Amino acid sequence: MLLKNGRIIDPVNDVDHVSDLLVVGGAIAPVGTAVPDDTRVLDVSGCWIVPGLIDMHVHLREPGEEYKEDIISGTLSAAAGGFTGVVCMPNTKPVNDSMSVTLFILDQARKGYARVYPVGAISKFSKGESLAEFGEMKDAGIVAVSDDGLPVVDSQLMRRALEYASDYGLTVISHSEEMSLARNGSMNEGVMSTRLGLKGIPAAAESIMVYREIALSEYTGKPIHIAHVSTAMATELIRSAKARGVRVTAETTPHYFTLTDGAVEGYNTNTKMNPPLRAEEDRQAIRTGLTDGTFDAIATDHAPHSPLEKEVEFDLAANGIIGLETSVPLSLELVREGVVSEKKFVELLSGNPARILNLPGGNLSAGMPADVTVINPDLEFEYHEEDVVSKSKNSPFLGWKLKGRAVLTMVDGKIMHNLLQ
Amino acid sequence: MTTGYSFSHKHILSIHHLSPDDIDFILTTADSFKEISSRTIKKVPTLRGRTIVNLFFEPSTRTRLSFEVAAKRMSADTFNISASTSSATKGETLIDTARNIAAMHPDIIIIRHAFSGAASMLSQHVDASVINAGDGTHEHPSQGLLDMMTVREHKQHLDGLKIAIIGDILHSRVAHSNILGFTKMGSRVFVYGPATLIPHGLEKLGAIVCASLDEAVIDADVVMTLRIQKERQNDPLFPSLREYAKKYGVTKDVVALARPDALVMHPGPINRGIELMADVADGPQSVILEQVTNGVAVRMALLYLVMGNS
Repeated sequence: MLLKNGRIIDPVNDVDHVSDLLVVGGAIAPVGTAVPDDTRVLDVSGCWIVPGLIDMHVHLREPGEEYKEDIISGTLSAAAGGFTGVVCMPNTKPVNDSMSVTLFILDQARKGYARVYPVGAISKFSKGESLAEFGEMKDAGIVAVSDDGLPVVDSQLMRRALEYASDYGLTVISHSEEMSLARNGSMNEGVMSTRLGLKGIPAAAESIMVYREIALSEYTGKPIHIAHVSTAMATELIRSAKARGVRVTAETTPHYFTLTDGAVEGYNTNTKMNPPLRAEEDRQAIRTGLTDGTFDAIATDHAPHSPLEKEVEFDLAANGIIGLETSVPLSLELVREGVVSEKKFVELLSGNPARILNLPGGNLSAGMPADVTVINPDLEFEYHEEDVVSKSKNSPFLGWKLKGRAVLTMVDGKIMHNLLQ
Repeated sequence: MTTGYSFSHKHILSIHHLSPDDIDFILTTADSFKEISSRTIKKVPTLRGRTIVNLFFEPSTRTRLSFEVAAKRMSADTFNISASTSSATKGETLIDTARNIAAMHPDIIIIRHAFSGAASMLSQHVDASVINAGDGTHEHPSQGLLDMMTVREHKQHLDGLKIAIIGDILHSRVAHSNILGFTKMGSRVFVYGPATLIPHGLEKLGAIVCASLDEAVIDADVVMTLRIQKERQNDPLFPSLREYAKKYGVTKDVVALARPDALVMHPGPINRGIELMADVADGPQSVILEQVTNGVAVRMALLYLVMGNS
């Protein structure tokens, strides 16, 4: 396949120019390779050709909650959103805390539409009591460990996790939440929670735990990755830790840099997630953190839920929203508003997640398997429930006019999503 | 009132959604309905043939009775449904309950529910008008309106008044509706209570958070106390009811700091001797029972007005 006249943006190789990309035998061909006679040619003028996007934080719900999402539907949603790889969190039923669950996930993923990189649990059953078998799970194919969905309450266990994970080159991903402070809350604590009469989760519930993780990483010298950062204070803690050389990396999500707790007005349960949507000052601080490199990655925290969990009273609704299909246009808004450059956009959504978790991909180097995303940055579309590819429809962006879209997603040279014809 | 004003609300979900003109119009309408309750034959045919459902997921005596009396005085047919929230959450969802009731074509559904946003949610799933009779710790708009009506009856106006609200602001939907309502009408609302019961961001809603009980009450035109919910005692928000009564309870001496003609109010039911001392509750400045009387008039006005916009 020959992608003609696209703007190739490949920060790892310091490439940003309009050119053609040739894929031969499922791999990216070196520049100057003669185009074979039977090559399919797609004109991608006006589009960006970027390394396959990687979402380093998704919930695929299989095994156990296949009525919300499964590995096939989740990877189909990923491909539709431009992602060639997804990193799936272990809070399935059962929890991915053993080699057998990891192997099951990877087996299901062989029929999927994107690469699936499982995360193993930090603790057995994610109960926060004793370490899960990182070594065996690593052999089976996990790329990181996390008890995501829950914090590791016990600081000694977290310290041991950082140390033991390093034996296997695994990064620990922290769901940073001080549970006793966040207790029973269902939205950000502030004037909106007061007016709506909903129990609040203070910003400090995040920053207290982010600081603990930084302190443990600094003390042990082991890397830590902070998931789904939502507050100004946590952003500042990460910024200052990075400045003094702590091995901390961090992600934020499109909803935290796009929405605020004002979106909860009307009690739409698709605005309920954990951590919650925060104040405008937090949203601005997240955007600054994206500009100055405090954040390494944009992940979606794609969290499918069915109407059973969402069409209920706000306090009773499950946390989480889907995000794979809206990440590209919402992140491109940052480019349009000058918050990040095109290059930075690609780093946040591809190169950096690959680097943090030692994943293949994240670049368009010659000879690499052809994981490629083609984005039309000007394509406008309205996102409606009937357009959602994911099995679940719990998005706060339904009805939005979005701009910029993945028009071709290629994994290993195979087309998984194509709006180009 | 602005010229060309017309009341345009199909639902009454919160004071937040009402403009000062709306509030003024509701109170004026309520004033005119009040007289009906003092007639020998306390019934007008205004809502004859209309079906009103009282859907109460939380126990309530006065609010439910008040809405029922209001509806009957307007000749509407009323039906009461009491459902415990806990059994409802185990079985049928609120939306299913709403759809089932909607299938019987009521004109108005009055809902009381333990979760904030329940009235808003109901309004999105039924054709009927929805009146919020208290949802979680969100709002209790008809209570706010009857409080404003009572104060306006005594003071002839609401602008420029000093309203002191004392007690558990955090959990009080009555306080939330009153802070928003009185502020919209030009009163200044001073609040005081244990810091653990003062919610975040209250100043941004227009309230003035005081550092002492004296500061809140001094020269006030209205002293309103809120019910301490004894069932919240498991959550350590203050050490004991004993200390609460001593430090935050409204006594005669406290009321003496307010203006001599200040009104003493309480949304009820009162914990006598805790948030409000008995001699104050029953004293000459207390308008607590007038609040109840006016509740019927305000609710008649609300039923009438939402029917005009359905």
